[in-house]
Amino acid sequence: MYIIVVGAGKMGYHLTKALLKDEHEVIIVERSAPKCEAIREELGSMVIVGDGCEESVLREAGASRADVFITVTGVDEDNLVACQIAKHRFQVGRTISLINNPSNEKLFVELGVDVCVSSTDIILSHIEEELPEHSLVHFMALRGSNREIVGIRIPPDAAVVGQVLGEVPIPDDSLISFVLRKDGTLVVPDREAILGSDDEVVAITTAEGEEALRDVLTGIA
Amino acid sequence: MGCGRVGTMIATVLWEEGNHVIVLDANPESLRRLPEELQKEAMVGDGSLEEDLRRGGIEISDAFVAVSTGDTTNVLAAQMAKHVFQVGKVVCRIDDPACFEMYKELGLNAVSSTQLISNLILQAVHS
Repeated sequence: MYIIVVGAGKMGYHLTKALLKDEHEVIIVERSAPKCEAIREELGSMVIVGDGCEESVLREAGASRADVFITVTGVDEDNLVACQIAKHRFQVGRTISLINNPSNEKLFVELGVDVCVSSTDIILSHIEEELPEHSLVHFMALRGSNREIVGIRIPPDAAVVGQVLGEVPIPDDSLISFVLRKDGTLVVPDREAILGSDDEVVAITTAEGEEALRDVLTGIA
Repeated sequence: MGCGRVGTMIATVLWEEGNHVIVLDANPESLRRLPEELQKEAMVGDGSLEEDLRRGGIEISDAFVAVSTGDTTNVLAAQMAKHVFQVGKVVCRIDDPACFEMYKELGLNAVSSTQLISNLILQAVHS
């Protein structure tokens, strides 16, 4: 595939190396000439010095034949404008943007950025996973709705341990997708499934509903 | 949003017309350009941050004007005002002519100082 990457910071650099290794054709657009020079020396002449928010620069980068357009600068507004130009001026099929401020994600999706990658949210979800007192982990947000996929671990002293799922008052806006048992078996639960201690419940819920879902599954008897 | 010369002039005129105007700029020094009465309510903040716009009262505002010198900051702030906060009237300064054309097509009420000034100068040259 032909991929344009805007921003040659650490993220852009490592991303480009990985994409090249997968045998994609990659070009980097970067404002800073010294950064471009460093990359040119290591990876060859696949760098354009210029502002990725300018139509003429993206044209030079071959945006009209790009399959994927990725922005990974540290400035959200630059990422947004570059993606919008790629989408609306060059009809790039897939635009992917790094989001530095997590609260921008919803707006970016609404404005046509196909995939948003929020570094803060990703790091937070890893940290949540590592902290035992954090019983709810955010896996991902679902595009075009305010739904999200979360994982909730059922603590040993929870009221729902030993109950059948059909009797657990799951909130209306939440749907239990599957349950990962302590022994590693994966169950798509029906109403008769029995919840156990340390089960990991993966569910689709909403930002507003996640607290209620967590309370139901982790509340102490 | 944006308290350079353009922002200062717009804010002052709107205020003199009797409107309630809140000026937002990332640089506290810039706010000193404003008349004293406007300085009282002016805010230091980043117009591309949802929190700062909210702090400035965007949820109850009738109009939002983004006239900083950063095109992308203006574009993000204006689109946020329009799509997230549903402000009735949004005006956005975009100096890059190509970018300006695109956002106009996308329905943003955009003004390009580059285009306006060039046109005026060209008119003067031709006359």
